[in-house]
Amino acid sequence: MALIDLANPSRFLALVGRVLPWLVGATVIAFVVGIALVFAAPDDYQQGATVKIMFVHVPPAILASVIWGVMTVAALGTLVWRHPLADVAAKTAAPIGAAFTFLCLFAGSMWGRPMWGTYWVWDARLTSVLVMFLMYLGLIALWHTVEDPARAARAAAVLTLVGALNLPIIKFSVDWWNTLHQGTSLFRLEGPSIHPSILAPLLVMLLAFGLLFVTLHLAAMRNEILRRRVRTLRLLQAHGA
Amino acid sequence: MELPAHSAFIVAAYAATIVVVIGLIAWVMADYRAQQRVLEELEARGLGRKPSKAA
Repeated sequence: MALIDLANPSRFLALVGRVLPWLVGATVIAFVVGIALVFAAPDDYQQGATVKIMFVHVPPAILASVIWGVMTVAALGTLVWRHPLADVAAKTAAPIGAAFTFLCLFAGSMWGRPMWGTYWVWDARLTSVLVMFLMYLGLIALWHTVEDPARAARAAAVLTLVGALNLPIIKFSVDWWNTLHQGTSLFRLEGPSIHPSILAPLLVMLLAFGLLFVTLHLAAMRNEILRRRVRTLRLLQAHGA
Repeated sequence: MELPAHSAFIVAAYAATIVVVIGLIAWVMADYRAQQRVLEELEARGLGRKPSKAA
């Protein structure tokens, strides 16, 4: 099935109906394995048991940026290619991205207090992620403010592309500025600097959160397509009355 | 069994994760049921029903 075939919402709904049960199963299995590995993982020699917060901080942090990347591609799909499902994908990804960004910030603050002695500092990494969180909330507000989905999609797409400028700032903030937040330890040219006993559960939890996002996103896209059908039918009903 | 140091911070981080993940799942499931219910109501009024094929 080509990507263009999925432009047909009915075909997309049929595809979602087929793959969703498999995705739910894969997500549950990944989380069960991931949590088992987290429990089995040793404490860090410096941070002790608080290193366990990393397993619910890093995956949402990575996915928060990845989801904005997904919305950026969808925004191009709306503005350039005018793909009918692009704005559906963008609109439904925003609340999930906001939730993951909140989790990243909250878990990070719970990790920061015992390790840094503070819940929050205005360093470049934390501040740029907070800006992304606020932009997620702005996008959600925009979608709910403009009633016509087509108009809302164009405005949201522009805001999404502006927000995409923040992605490299988030990624390289720990290199460009002197931050309290530690440098990159996972995706480095020299390879991860994390011990395999902690790296393995982290990667499995990253996979689990990634599968969770795909599952929730496809399910939310299905809901949005149904919502637009409802809107169309109500408009038809109003015009026929 | 002695709890590890800073266990309250670890528990808070995991509790928030559980609440947010369950909240997202509940939101998606409730929204699906709501849209399905409205669509069925509209179709029951004869709106949006696909024409049946002629025998």
